[in-house]
Amino acid sequence: MTLSPFVHQWSAIAFVAALAVVGEVMIASGMRQLGDLDDIRARRGLLGTIAAVLTNARFVIGALCMALNFFSMLFALSIAELSLAAPAIGALTYIGNAIAAKFFLRERVDRRRWLATMCVVVGVILLAR
Amino acid sequence: MKHVLKPSQYAILVAIMLSASVGDSFLKRGMGQVGAVNLHHLGLLWHALFNPYVDIGIVFLIGFFAAYTTALSWADLTFVMPATAFGPVVIALIGRYWLHEQLSVSRWLGIWLIVCAVGFVAGGPSRTEHPELDQMDAGASR
Repeated sequence: MTLSPFVHQWSAIAFVAALAVVGEVMIASGMRQLGDLDDIRARRGLLGTIAAVLTNARFVIGALCMALNFFSMLFALSIAELSLAAPAIGALTYIGNAIAAKFFLRERVDRRRWLATMCVVVGVILLAR
Repeated sequence: MKHVLKPSQYAILVAIMLSASVGDSFLKRGMGQVGAVNLHHLGLLWHALFNPYVDIGIVFLIGFFAAYTTALSWADLTFVMPATAFGPVVIALIGRYWLHEQLSVSRWLGIWLIVCAVGFVAGGPSRTEHPELDQMDAGASR
């Protein structure tokens, strides 16, 4: 059984966006766990701050997801046109981030932030046209 | 408690808005000089590292990632997100006013919507308070 090009392209786009969402949520979670980096730098200096970030498991998993996201983006661009892939991945990532931030990071995504997210989604699509 | 940003934190958000798009522009210029890379010419990627424009682009992108992670240490992901979307706006404005390219009505509308998005979130609190979660996280990171 072969997948139609439509399903193939949108599966790749959804996979790239999902990796970006997981990566960004894990990095955000790791940074929340560490606390304000300015405070850490005041206590432990710049090298101590870099060490604290690079030894945080959530940050490392998030960074790995972002690296995978980069390579899967190259694959997606090889099967879908840039004018479709770039805005679609951007829009799906922003919506996915807002949903994941609400349910996994327990952020208070109020009407103002939903409105901002939708403005970004529509704005990114319009800019890519 | 409403988190109010310090001037240095606003500077971090401005760095997020500008650094990725400026870095991408340098990378694009550098890779234009290096030439097209494909599976048969992967060695060009090594060659690209010695191009000054590529090097400046990489420095800007490292700066973007540093600013982005710093911002996430004191602000919510949904607060920082619109700032990351500002990159294409900067590139479009550089194209319009520096390279004298024509921007279509839909692109101006896109720019206006992203600027509105940044304005919406900037007027609200930067961080959601979770005393119990923060306490658990602090314990786990010890």
